[in-house]
Amino acid sequence: MPKDPAIKKVLVIGSGPIIIGQAAEFDYAGTQACRTLKEEGIKVVLINSNPATIMTDAEMADRIYLEPLTLDFVIEVIKVERPDGLLPTLGGQVGLNMAEKLWEAGVLDKYNVRLLGTPVWAIKKAEDRKLFKELMEELQEPIPASAIVNSIEDALSTADKLTYPVIVRPAFTLGGTGGGVASRSEELEVIASKGLKLSPVNQLLIEQSVAGWKEIEYEVIRDAKDNCITICNMENIDPVGIHTGDSIVVAPSQTLSDVEHQTLRSASIRIIRALGIEGGCNIQYALHPNKLEYYVIEVNPRLSRSSALASKATGYPIARVATKVALGYSLDEITNSVTGSTSACFEPALDYVVVKIPRWPFDKFETAQRKLGSQMKATGEVMALGRNFESALLKGIRSLELDTQTLSMSELKTLTKEELFEALKYADDRRLWVIAEAFRRGISIREVEKATSINPFFLSKIANLVQWESKLAAAGSDRETLLMAKTLGFSDAQIAEFCQMTTLEVRALRKKYGIEAAFRMVDTCAGEFPAATPYYYSTYGEANELEVSEENKVIVIGSGPIRIGQGIEFDYCSVHSAWALQEAGASAVVINNNPETVSTDFDTSSTLFFEPLTDEEVLNVIEQEKPAGVLVQFGGQTAINLAKPLAEAGVTILGTSVSDMDLAEDREKFHHILQELQIPHPQGGTAMSVKGAEEIALELGFPVLVRPSYVLGGRAMEIVYNQGELRQYLTQAVKVSRQNPILVDRYILGREVEVDAVSDGRDVLIPGIMEHVEKAGIHSGDSSAVFPSRSLPQEVIEKILDYTSRLARRMQIKGMLNIQFVVQGLEVYVLEANPRSSRTVPFISKVLNTPLVKIATRIMLGQSLADQGYQPAGEKGYIYLAPEKITAVKMPVFSFAKLADVETSLGPEMKSTGEVLGLDTDPTKAMYKAFLAAGYDIPPQGTILATIADKDKAEALEILKGFHMLGYTIAATPGTAKMLQGEGVAAILVNKIKDGSPHVVDFIRQGKADLVINTLTRGKEPARDGFRIRRAAVEYGVACTTSLDTVRAILKVMESMIRVKSLQDYIGG
Amino acid sequence: MKGVLVLEDGTVFHGESCGKPGQTGGEVVFSTAMTGYQEVFTDPSFAGQIVALTYPLVGNYGISACYQEAARAAARGIIIKEEAVDISGGAKVKRLSQFLEENDLVGIKGVDTRTLTKHLRTHGTMRGIISTLETPVDVLVQMARELPLISEQKLTEQVSTADRYILPGSWPTVAVLDLGVKSNSIRTLSKLGCTVVVLPAYSTPGDIMAVEPDGLFISNGPGDPKSIPQVTETVRSLLGCLPMMGICMGHQILALALGADTYKMKFGHRGGNQPVKDLATGRVYITSQNHGFSIRPESLPHDTVVTHINLNDGTIEGIKHKHLPLFSVQFHPEGAPGPRDTTNLFIDFMRNMSLQGGGHCA
Ligand SMILES: Nc1ncnc2c1ncn2[C@@H]1O[C@H](COP(=O)(O)OP(=O)(O)O)[C@@H](O)[C@H]1O
Ligand SMILES: Nc1ncnc2c1ncn2[C@@H]1O[C@H](COP(=O)(O)OP(=O)(O)O)[C@@H](O)[C@H]1O
Ligand SMILES: [Mg+2]
Ligand SMILES: [Mg+2]
Repeated sequence: MPKDPAIKKVLVIGSGPIIIGQAAEFDYAGTQACRTLKEEGIKVVLINSNPATIMTDAEMADRIYLEPLTLDFVIEVIKVERPDGLLPTLGGQVGLNMAEKLWEAGVLDKYNVRLLGTPVWAIKKAEDRKLFKELMEELQEPIPASAIVNSIEDALSTADKLTYPVIVRPAFTLGGTGGGVASRSEELEVIASKGLKLSPVNQLLIEQSVAGWKEIEYEVIRDAKDNCITICNMENIDPVGIHTGDSIVVAPSQTLSDVEHQTLRSASIRIIRALGIEGGCNIQYALHPNKLEYYVIEVNPRLSRSSALASKATGYPIARVATKVALGYSLDEITNSVTGSTSACFEPALDYVVVKIPRWPFDKFETAQRKLGSQMKATGEVMALGRNFESALLKGIRSLELDTQTLSMSELKTLTKEELFEALKYADDRRLWVIAEAFRRGISIREVEKATSINPFFLSKIANLVQWESKLAAAGSDRETLLMAKTLGFSDAQIAEFCQMTTLEVRALRKKYGIEAAFRMVDTCAGEFPAATPYYYSTYGEANELEVSEENKVIVIGSGPIRIGQGIEFDYCSVHSAWALQEAGASAVVINNNPETVSTDFDTSSTLFFEPLTDEEVLNVIEQEKPAGVLVQFGGQTAINLAKPLAEAGVTILGTSVSDMDLAEDREKFHHILQELQIPHPQGGTAMSVKGAEEIALELGFPVLVRPSYVLGGRAMEIVYNQGELRQYLTQAVKVSRQNPILVDRYILGREVEVDAVSDGRDVLIPGIMEHVEKAGIHSGDSSAVFPSRSLPQEVIEKILDYTSRLARRMQIKGMLNIQFVVQGLEVYVLEANPRSSRTVPFISKVLNTPLVKIATRIMLGQSLADQGYQPAGEKGYIYLAPEKITAVKMPVFSFAKLADVETSLGPEMKSTGEVLGLDTDPTKAMYKAFLAAGYDIPPQGTILATIADKDKAEALEILKGFHMLGYTIAATPGTAKMLQGEGVAAILVNKIKDGSPHVVDFIRQGKADLVINTLTRGKEPARDGFRIRRAAVEYGVACTTSLDTVRAILKVMESMIRVKSLQDYIGG
Repeated sequence: MKGVLVLEDGTVFHGESCGKPGQTGGEVVFSTAMTGYQEVFTDPSFAGQIVALTYPLVGNYGISACYQEAARAAARGIIIKEEAVDISGGAKVKRLSQFLEENDLVGIKGVDTRTLTKHLRTHGTMRGIISTLETPVDVLVQMARELPLISEQKLTEQVSTADRYILPGSWPTVAVLDLGVKSNSIRTLSKLGCTVVVLPAYSTPGDIMAVEPDGLFISNGPGDPKSIPQVTETVRSLLGCLPMMGICMGHQILALALGADTYKMKFGHRGGNQPVKDLATGRVYITSQNHGFSIRPESLPHDTVVTHINLNDGTIEGIKHKHLPLFSVQFHPEGAPGPRDTTNLFIDFMRNMSLQGGGHCA
């Protein structure tokens, strides 16, 4: 069946901001889909509020709407664009839910928009727990005993009929949000009440727990002719009970017999048929560890995180094929783009092992509840390929970029055996290392199996690696041992440690023995047919298949797993750099290990290496590919960190030199340069002791900003307001010492401003200035930013431009430079400079319609700005671009709801996982859209709950008065209420927690507040109250902020929406 | 213990012995199935062959009595990358190494089976020797060259049943001509309610009709279909008497009986992911396959039509007679290992038997 000619214009719904459970995989799916649609000559209309994505690039779709993903806005787009079809399956849960809402609102019918791929009833049957249950019963597919409930009472009585533990699963939520396992009725009550609130339809499934069984996933594709194929199955090493997104996963399954595999495969095909899906679908099963008995856990009638993983694991382009199928093609009419000759209607055969390991944010959230369960907590993941399980696992560990690069974790060494058993039993993110530690202590595979329910097949592999650690220490480094160690995936550095050599010695020895990395191809067919797609991974002790071309090659280092502080933005930059290289006639070689991204799509680069981003592994690629140079400016800190070791190994780093980058990275050197250029920066000093720190602080004056000098990325950074807090920080949070110096800086209370510039070492292109809504002190990644800045005085702007261009020239920047400033009055201080592409480059490029990454890449290839048509006017040496008509507001989005016990208040350490953009010609409307897109759903009338710290009361008063005038009800805790009443603002009094129920947290739980404003109080006790208030807001889905700047922005937006004003208001009477 | 695989073109792969030590020779083929190693090793169609698995980890879930496709392993030897040491799955499960020992299978592990696969796909299947003895390589190469070709070997008698046996059921009675039948074909027929009578390969038409069958099932089996002309003759003499269904070798035999010709493929189809198109419906199915011979399309007589083709290379995957209730497929609808997407073909056979069952020419 060829494609349906009636479909000429298609609307694609993106997935919005990156949050836990919904990460870069949908940019990958959406981008592949948009490219496929365009290839088919179809006009693509795209709506997505996430500006960091590649899919929202001008080239990706004919019409791009960077607008909030709310029903109203999507309807508006449909009205204007009149698409023939809607592809709802590429935007994750957001896209799917939106499609359903549109259908329910009758919009699709009214405007004649056909839902492509997945029918509405299929979405309903898969997503609605009740309909799903009925469908499974009809198909005679087994599901765990369960009941659908809409109230806590029913939940409790259902659980009584089953046996505890039971699992609570809310309908229509994502990443297991609001779910959990309850072993007792008290636990069930808590989980059910949250779950009911979080499910958009107030519906829960109370289900018999099958925790401990194997969790297996299938990726299935079906076409309109009813052809069905399974692309891949995946086996979770962690058993059922731990969310698949938080599980270590292998593909293909390792411990399933053919009978088990075929049983589940056949079930998958029956299910996708029954759902009538034309496209891709993900099905999860629980399989009994020792007998042929299974349950269907869930069906996702759309592309998912797992389908991205399956795509990368097999080389099969699922999104592309699903899109073609949705357009009407049958699978046999589509060619396998990897082999270029065979049909897409086949099932990939793998001849390697794929291991996926999640990346969790607990390095950023030290107080977070780290236990893993049915609710996902990981922000990202890595994938590694190997010819054996051991090497794939170790490569995966190295790809994570944790403090440890191996199977040992120092903090576990001190655990007692009992504590280890406890840790085995209640898995957290360290589980893998706990298991290895257990083996080191002589705990048996049987015992570990009993405690973890992990299959002994996997455990024995981990045990094997642990045994090899001591073997290496004993046997030393003869050829045989070394080759075996490399084959098992040990890094040179780790071997060096065991054999008491240096890493370089190991490398040299290895070369002497002729032990070199061999690259193998991912070809979808286990070598049965010749393949055309150069997608490789490394192994040892086997033949090398890499076909090295003679072309002019440049390597782009990717950014690894998505984590807080290093998100999808950096993938955007890597991809654009690869494209720019190809456009400039070079061939682009990408090295990365993140399966969710566009950069690891098989046709993004000329050659793709799926490898850990360590110097050893990157050098292995470089030695064979012999590139003209390496680009390190686009892969975030991951890539920058590789610059020095690569340069030391003799590799050419293109663009800004390594020593020049160091001028920005090394604080000392950077301050020197600032002094030399007479550019102000916050005064500060380095302290080696408590006393030293106190002296510096007294000299600077409180508040001061403190941080350990060795950590990157704002970790453990705090603002302290007095001596007591300082001492507490120095002795408790971080222990200051000669080995662990602390940086103490004057905290400048001012506006934070940020610039991304491109320079060729002589001229500087400055594409506008971003101004943060929140004052300095809140990490730039967590601040809302207005672009271009609309309120800075001309004098300040000129200073910023001048400082930027002088710094760029002084540091001989060839490529990207990001600078953060604080503005206090007319004074401009430089906070820091990053000699690389930043988080904000994607959105600026879009708003300005200026390809910053391309320009920078071309500079690194040797062109100047002038060569590219950017000629500075006059003497200044810089070109300043700023959008005239449009204002963009970038706003951060957080995933606090998924992370129990995490402090939600904002500070100098970044906490957000994603961002949205509000775009409009009217700055206030842009702000309004940003709030909407970020999920602040504040009604025009409603209740605002305020609990304000004393230091902020005066500032808050004005703002609250404003809300009061707009007709909002203000509710407040006693102190704040008293202040308001004193000023004639009526306020509902709400108890503090210590005053007893019903108190402020109850108020939130009962859904009485529409917005919670809670500013931070210093000191112990009230801070804990604040914490509980903020957590309650997050858990019950109520907008909450700790920044009065943010509240002021909300007020301004709300004010702009009222249509009537009195004459007095207009004339200010 | 070290082991070596030597191919007739002089290519050598080093590894370690797995299974029984010693020396073995045969035609070296590869299978891309990712699960079902036990079913592969016990598939009688691999008689005369040394089978290499492209999936690198083998033995992960051990060996269970219920996954045997024949009483013993038929392959001459196995080539794998890595053998699992600790295995998954409960107490009833045996280790792969024990299975290999018990079946006297000589094997080699630690082989780069991907490189071997690419070699075979480029140069075609060839003869080879696995040795764990210290025999010099040049001697092994010479020995490999002197091995009989697959077509020259009498393999059918090695795997076919010596005596007729019956698996009681009810209607219909199916005569299974055992050229090396896989247990799952028999199991599938039994599950459908058939009385299954398994007959030795060289049974005469009279032997077959003596069991009063409602249909004839011509099974899979090893080697070149042209090496067993007696069987072709038997089938030919029964054309028109009985509904017939052929699988794999049985499919080739039926084609030969109808007057078509077969040829040896470069490296054949072995694995569980081969797409096959049903030409009548346009539907595509993922199939399990294990064959090195195929039907020459131009040789098919007029009264025979192609029902299925391989989507990758267009080779014939199924035929049927225009008028008589005869059909056969190159792939394995019984799976084991492999997908079960085409088990319906057994139902088609049942339907043919119900419409036109019973012997018409005793
Ligand atoms: N009946 C059950 N018993 C124990 N754990 C379960 C059960 N059902 C689901 N889970 C666990 O909860 C996780 C999340 O459930 P799922 O329905 O897949 O939600 P999501 O939509 O977030 O993927 C699963 O990956 C599985 O590990
Ligand atoms: N001296 C200072 N005065 C005021 N705010 C500061 C100061 N130094 C840092 N900050 C705040 O802390 C945030 C993080 O600091 P920064 O040095 O940029 O760390 P990172 O490397 O994580 O980006 C900044 O975005 C800014 O809001
Ligand atoms: Mg799930
Ligand atoms: Mg910063």
